[in-house]
Amino acid sequence: MIETSIHIVLLLVFPPLMLGVINKTKAFFAGRKGVPLLQAYYDIGKLLRKSLVISTTTTWIFWAGPIVSLASVLAAGLLLPLGPFNAPLSFVGDMILFAYLFGLSRFFTTAAALDTGSAFEGMGAAREVTFALLSEPALFFALLVLAKDSGSLSLNAMLHGPAAGISASLIAPFVLIAIGLFIIMLAEGCRIPVDDPNTHLELTMIHEVMVLDHSGPLLGLVLYGAAMKLFELGSMVLHLAVPFQTSMAWLNWILLLVELVGLSVAVGVIESIMARLRMRHVPSLLIGALLLCGSGFILLVR
Amino acid sequence: MTTLEFVVAAAVLLCVSGVPALMLPARSLLGQRTTTVLVLTGSIMGLLGSVPALVGASAAGGLRLPWFLPQGQGAIGIDALSAFFLVLIFVVPALGSIYGLEYWKQGEHSGNGRKLGLFYGILAGSMALVVVARNGFLFMIVWEVMAMAAFFAATAEDDNPEVRNAGWVYLIATHVGTLCLLAMFALWKSASGSFQFELAPAMPQAVAGIIFVLALVGFGFKAGIMPLHVWLPGAHANAPSHVSAVMSGVMLKMGVYGIIRMTALLPLPSTWWGSTTLIVGAVTGLAGIAFAISQNDIKRMLAYSSIENIGIIMMGIGLALLGRAMGRVDWMLLGMGGALLHVWNHGLFKSLLFLNAGAIIHAQGTREIDRMGGLARSLPLLAALFAVGAVAISALPPLNGFVSEWLIYLGLFGTLGLDGGPGFPVAATAAVFLAMIGSLAVATFVKLLGTVFLGSPRRSGPDAEHRGHALSVMMTGPMIALAITCLAIGLVPALFIPAVERAAYGWMPATASGQALLVLAPVRWLGLAGVGLVALIAMMVLVSRIMLRGKNVRRGPTWDCGYARPSARMQYTGSSLGQSIVGLFSVLLRPRTAPPLISGAMPTATAFESQVPDTVLDKAVVPVFSFLGLQLPRIRFMQQGKLNLYLLYIVVITALLFIFGSMGVRP
Repeated sequence: MIETSIHIVLLLVFPPLMLGVINKTKAFFAGRKGVPLLQAYYDIGKLLRKSLVISTTTTWIFWAGPIVSLASVLAAGLLLPLGPFNAPLSFVGDMILFAYLFGLSRFFTTAAALDTGSAFEGMGAAREVTFALLSEPALFFALLVLAKDSGSLSLNAMLHGPAAGISASLIAPFVLIAIGLFIIMLAEGCRIPVDDPNTHLELTMIHEVMVLDHSGPLLGLVLYGAAMKLFELGSMVLHLAVPFQTSMAWLNWILLLVELVGLSVAVGVIESIMARLRMRHVPSLLIGALLLCGSGFILLVR
Repeated sequence: MTTLEFVVAAAVLLCVSGVPALMLPARSLLGQRTTTVLVLTGSIMGLLGSVPALVGASAAGGLRLPWFLPQGQGAIGIDALSAFFLVLIFVVPALGSIYGLEYWKQGEHSGNGRKLGLFYGILAGSMALVVVARNGFLFMIVWEVMAMAAFFAATAEDDNPEVRNAGWVYLIATHVGTLCLLAMFALWKSASGSFQFELAPAMPQAVAGIIFVLALVGFGFKAGIMPLHVWLPGAHANAPSHVSAVMSGVMLKMGVYGIIRMTALLPLPSTWWGSTTLIVGAVTGLAGIAFAISQNDIKRMLAYSSIENIGIIMMGIGLALLGRAMGRVDWMLLGMGGALLHVWNHGLFKSLLFLNAGAIIHAQGTREIDRMGGLARSLPLLAALFAVGAVAISALPPLNGFVSEWLIYLGLFGTLGLDGGPGFPVAATAAVFLAMIGSLAVATFVKLLGTVFLGSPRRSGPDAEHRGHALSVMMTGPMIALAITCLAIGLVPALFIPAVERAAYGWMPATASGQALLVLAPVRWLGLAGVGLVALIAMMVLVSRIMLRGKNVRRGPTWDCGYARPSARMQYTGSSLGQSIVGLFSVLLRPRTAPPLISGAMPTATAFESQVPDTVLDKAVVPVFSFLGLQLPRIRFMQQGKLNLYLLYIVVITALLFIFGSMGVRP
């Protein structure tokens, strides 16, 4: 019960902090002081209090975009185990529901973008669905590897690693899918080198450009949902990147927080030392992720 | 009456449903209503007969018919597998018939209304007979009746050359398929000793393999597996929408039924049957949906998406065949269960979408989606129904498409051999294909929903505006019913799984038992998660309403980065939305583009055009047929139109058969 409560609180509260850590890291690299660590919370809070402007071309789909998207990301968060703890909701086959909930989120986000009738938002929607076409199969290769090594079809057991510990033959596939999942996290979480959350040049963006017309509380929900998605995919990567745990529960929670902050720093470092890829090169990166995860699978079952 | 008699009576009633209208005037509303009432009566009778067989209330029945043909004995029968398909046959055409009362009014289509009514009924009735036939001879007769009825129903508007052309392609394709089926049944007769559909005695693996391949190809023409799908997009696009719904939602499934029935009768398969079917399914699914997103005609998009869904069903069947070959009951149950549930699901949401497409075409007067837009504001109910269909067909939770794909996924993950039993890990890569198909389906249906219903209308004019209001309950009612079934299967899947399980066990060898689908796949949890998701969304809608209370919600034009004069023509079109995906698949799709000609410092108005024709039809089928069309007239000298010559041919052939027979060559 306590675990479930901590899980839900962490899921609801922590995600915007990751954005803060990423921005602080970037500020550090640029030699700036940067915005406060908690800026994302302030932003979301401010947006939720504001009034909003809605385009006259839009319908209920425009509202469904942020709401359904956040609801499905939240539901996915309940299926995902954090650190060494079990997810609040777990059953055989939940990993497929987890992946498809992101699909549901994408469906309504892109439909809401098209609802505005703006060419920019259409562009964003087109990019989003195109890149998902490559990242989704990569995710499923990773899921196959995890299912095979754990002998289970539920995210809890799959992400907690094989009961017997990681043997030598598993190291290579694990490293490969960890890198692949990290790339997917960057792509789905709209981070550099795939997408730049800070730019205001609409022609070059993916996620930000889809939500150009969302304002006030709706934009707040969008930002919050995006942070939560980053948090979830990041936690998934951490299961593979740091497969250690201590015997004390409270220490494990603290360890998890440290890992998440560390992951955010890593994302910040990447954003600081890399430029965003040109849009037509993004598929190559994602195909790279697909090949990494696919090779991991082949190495495992050969 | 027994359940079987109910079903046969229903089929007969459906077949004659169009006859009374023939005796009434061509514009008679009474005639059309009579037809619909007969279709409805027949369908309800049929459901009364088939549902008990599905839930297990009555024992599987069989009936021998008085038979006048030389081969074997006419037999019909009903089991859970037949009943499963019968439910779809008695639901979709009935709803389509109600829809037709408004969509295809006889008063407005006096030239073809009665003909359409007649063949629509025959199509529905003959499909019911196809799934109860238990004799190869009888099966082929009703199969042909079905194929011809579909031809006449689909070419209702035969004054349009495009329709005639599509019908012609269909007619050739279906008969090439029939040819394979004739060969298959001939081989079946010689291997099993009769035309009856009874469990085959032991036969050489090679013979069984050839029968399987012939079944896959012959039935594959009807189901529309790639590359045998060439007839499908044209025929579906040009048929009246409720006929498209029946063809796509139900008739394609007759091909699936044939494959399922024959593989149930054949002896234990080798593993290559399963892996071949799995590969065929993955290729069909991926290529189907890739073609779907590249199209601009709403009905062609839906037709290609049917090909995709047939691919998914074939993946399930392939998995089940692998399980059969390797003795894994769980794979059989998950694969066949997923495939069968997807048969239902696709029948429901695809007919919902085709009926919806008909209403869209009525409102817009075109099938080209790039000329539509903004329909959601004039027809909000239609938009909501389309959104339900689109989410369901994209296999997204919490609707029904997800449940069936989830079963197939579980089975495919199971081929990794997780429980220590034998595995077939290569098959698990099919799960990755399924994931790719899923994300393409999301892209395709976002494109359709967005281009047709969202944004602002791309065409202006009074024409586009006022036609939108004529949506009667005759058209929306059937769609609402279909949408409710999609929701029901998605949210309470546990209610439907027992029927799926019975039908799946009907396919399995009698020795397979001991596993329950509800245990292998905890759909109760899935339903719970779906209900929870809906509750979560409802809660968030409520919270956002409360939060917005008293707040100033202003309406303004789309911001569009501050552009001062956005126009409807500047919107992203469906083609541009799909363009980068078409680019990724250009090897397969071979898009044809005519780039705009720009010359001089002050270029004048120019045009850009792009289209994606069907690669198989254009690059393979048409060249072969035009070559044959040039070469075959050379043997026309044999056709002299003289009776004595034809008698001579018969004598020569008979003599040759005697000679071969005496040499010991036996068929």
